[in-house]
Amino acid sequence: MTQQMTLYTEERAVFGPEGLDQLITTLADRGFRVIGPTVRDGAVVYDDIAAAADLPAGWADEQTNGRYRLTQRGDKALFGYTHSAQSWKRYLHPPEARLWAARRLNGAFALLPETHEPQPLAFIGVRACELAAIAVQDRVFLGSGVVDPTYAAHRQGLFIVAVNCGQAGGTCFCASLNTGPRATSGFDLALTEIAHKDEHYFVVEVGSARGAEVLAATAHRPATDDEALAPERITARTAARMGRSLDTGGLKELLYDNLEHPRWEQVAQRCLACANCTMVCPTCFCATIEDTTDLTGSRAERWRKWDSCFTMDFSYIHGGSVRFSARARYRQWLVHKLATWVDQFGTFGCVGCGRCITWCPVGIDLTEEARAIRETSGRMQKKEVVNDAND
Amino acid sequence: MVDQLFAPTITTAPAEPMLPEVFRIQRVVKESYDTFTLELEPDRGNRAFPFEPGQFNMLYVFGVGEIPISISGDPLHPETLIHTTRAVGTVTKAMGALKPGDVIGVRGPFGTEWPVRAAKGYDVVFVAGGIGLAPLRPALYHILAHREKYGRIVLLYGCRSPEDILFRRELEKWRARFDLEIYVTVDYASPRWHSNVGVVTKLIPKAPFDPLNTIALVCGPEVMMRFTAIELAKRGVRPDDIYISMERNMKCAIGFCGHCQLGPVFICKDGPVFTYRQMQGWLAQWEI
Amino acid sequence: MQTIEEILAQHDFFRDMDPVYLKLLAGCGMNVRFDPGDYLFREGEPANTFFLIRHGQVAIELYDPRRGQLPIDTAGENEVLGWSWLYPPYKWHFSARAVSLTRAIAMDGKCLRDKCDADHDLGYDLMRRFALIIIDRLQATRLQVLDVYG
Repeated sequence: MTQQMTLYTEERAVFGPEGLDQLITTLADRGFRVIGPTVRDGAVVYDDIAAAADLPAGWADEQTNGRYRLTQRGDKALFGYTHSAQSWKRYLHPPEARLWAARRLNGAFALLPETHEPQPLAFIGVRACELAAIAVQDRVFLGSGVVDPTYAAHRQGLFIVAVNCGQAGGTCFCASLNTGPRATSGFDLALTEIAHKDEHYFVVEVGSARGAEVLAATAHRPATDDEALAPERITARTAARMGRSLDTGGLKELLYDNLEHPRWEQVAQRCLACANCTMVCPTCFCATIEDTTDLTGSRAERWRKWDSCFTMDFSYIHGGSVRFSARARYRQWLVHKLATWVDQFGTFGCVGCGRCITWCPVGIDLTEEARAIRETSGRMQKKEVVNDAND
Repeated sequence: MVDQLFAPTITTAPAEPMLPEVFRIQRVVKESYDTFTLELEPDRGNRAFPFEPGQFNMLYVFGVGEIPISISGDPLHPETLIHTTRAVGTVTKAMGALKPGDVIGVRGPFGTEWPVRAAKGYDVVFVAGGIGLAPLRPALYHILAHREKYGRIVLLYGCRSPEDILFRRELEKWRARFDLEIYVTVDYASPRWHSNVGVVTKLIPKAPFDPLNTIALVCGPEVMMRFTAIELAKRGVRPDDIYISMERNMKCAIGFCGHCQLGPVFICKDGPVFTYRQMQGWLAQWEI
Repeated sequence: MQTIEEILAQHDFFRDMDPVYLKLLAGCGMNVRFDPGDYLFREGEPANTFFLIRHGQVAIELYDPRRGQLPIDTAGENEVLGWSWLYPPYKWHFSARAVSLTRAIAMDGKCLRDKCDADHDLGYDLMRRFALIIIDRLQATRLQVLDVYG
């Protein structure tokens, strides 16, 4: 078995758009719920897809601080966009999930746990940064002692078709964090799309035995020597065109040393504490627990819902909120993402996707904030010492 | 560099960490005008609830909500689960209205413990502020049950007024022992109060313990713990030997909801008990 | 422009101090200015300064995570601020924030301690002045704690 896997993982294959279509059908036939990118309401969203025809053919996106627009590429590329507000986390770590229900019974109450049997998921078009984000959340929900049953149930059996990026987004900086643009592991299949005027095909890399088996059920041919180099060649070009960059050298220590830097006050004056960044971030995992009851008071439920450290309530303990100011809340988010996450989970929380920059209504760029602090590190609140002539 | 750790095949369904167990209230004790103690036993069967001093449970009132409360009972008698709390919010007020025979949901125990075993051979100083005596009581029970293993034992207890003193009868019983020193002080006294008046930190300079051979267990409002640690340090107790119990907003108690973070630690799983050295830098930070 | 010595001579704290001593102590002082919101010092930081407030208002605060910064006292014109430099561990026990534009003389604590060690008569004079201020503050705090308005 290992020998067969090695054979498959070394040899790259090629198929055209009809091969991708066949791949989607094969997965659906095997009982997977196939999720992929599709255009809706002026953006690319990740939703149920039935065929390659649902994919965003010919679409690209322009992204910068606080701005996202879809544009026409003029070709038929299916993965010519970068990413959008949504990430795959809404399928693995759902925005709302019931944890259990309970009903009053004989002077006590009986608990009705969830059965956690979701349809197995297949993701089509997962970018390298998104693979990294899934790995980051794996560490949180599966690798930190207690296992989260909801995440585990959705993550179990997940089939991933990754896609190597042929273009860098306006706010992308995966290269700075070594999370892309090339998908190197953690996928079942990885596609590199070549879409010119006269040719349109995918170079396919196999990442697992399951991937090999599904590829075997799809019409394909071996890649030529030249075609086989496409993944490295194309992603190298993408890596050189990143929209942003983040210097990660000593970044954790830098932020720990600058918790009172005046820059936090400056960004707080712009930040609306709207929580967009935490909603679009593929690694943010904070949630709140809601205990509810029906009108009769005889049935109760516990729900878990996405929450954000930017809300006033987030740090409330009786008496008041610990992080009262917007300054403290922005600092919490950035220091968690780029510093304390390292101490907690061994990696940065950030994967360089740039969504927070694009979707911030006032265009705050965390790479710029980190740079500003680095350049003026050590600055405290000013304390002016003057020899006053005035009395 | 993100090491792309991907989930190994999950062969067995993981346990449900958010599911409470049903316990029944055996007894409710009113400790003061706003503080009460619940004594619980599992609703099904005769099971003990083993725990370490310093740990807490998430207590659930049906349909109302769930909150973290330290266990305040005797770890050597885990057949009965005891919690002491103040009724200050929606859930605690609903909890305060429960009667013997009512049920309550319990998840736990969670968190790190007081170093009752590591403190063997040392003097042990307990410094409690207000409701902070409740999370310390299990440690006191444990240490008194193994009295010969420890040096001098001192309890310094400060609260707002004489009416707020918790576990009064128990304190008076302990005070009658010859191998334990208890000093109580209040911020606001009435003319009938004939003991110490003033903040609990005032009791530290003259308390009978050897600072170079002492483990200190401190629990109370954060401001009180900060100043207590300073006074203990002034007497020569090392920051590694001073233990505090921290508190933050908690929803899940298992490190998933993110609410209880203080800098790099999750109070629910890295705490609530920390050494002063671990927390020293972070305690000095505002709004962290 | 006034010298530090002249400013000290006019401050209530140094009223009637021997000019020889004032001259000696002036070497420990410098003019400082704080804008509203600036912190003169923060709880936990190394404490090495004694402040004589010339103009303005300073709030002495204690931080409570639930309630934020709690002002517990204020110091204004012609008052003094800062005792933690007197004895080890030389760390501020409270924070002090300028409420309005504040001008002060900041006196270096180590400088003062050294001068007191070198000249005990100066030391006695200075300590008497401190003791009076601290006694006044203690009595005022006791009255404050009584919560008489209840």
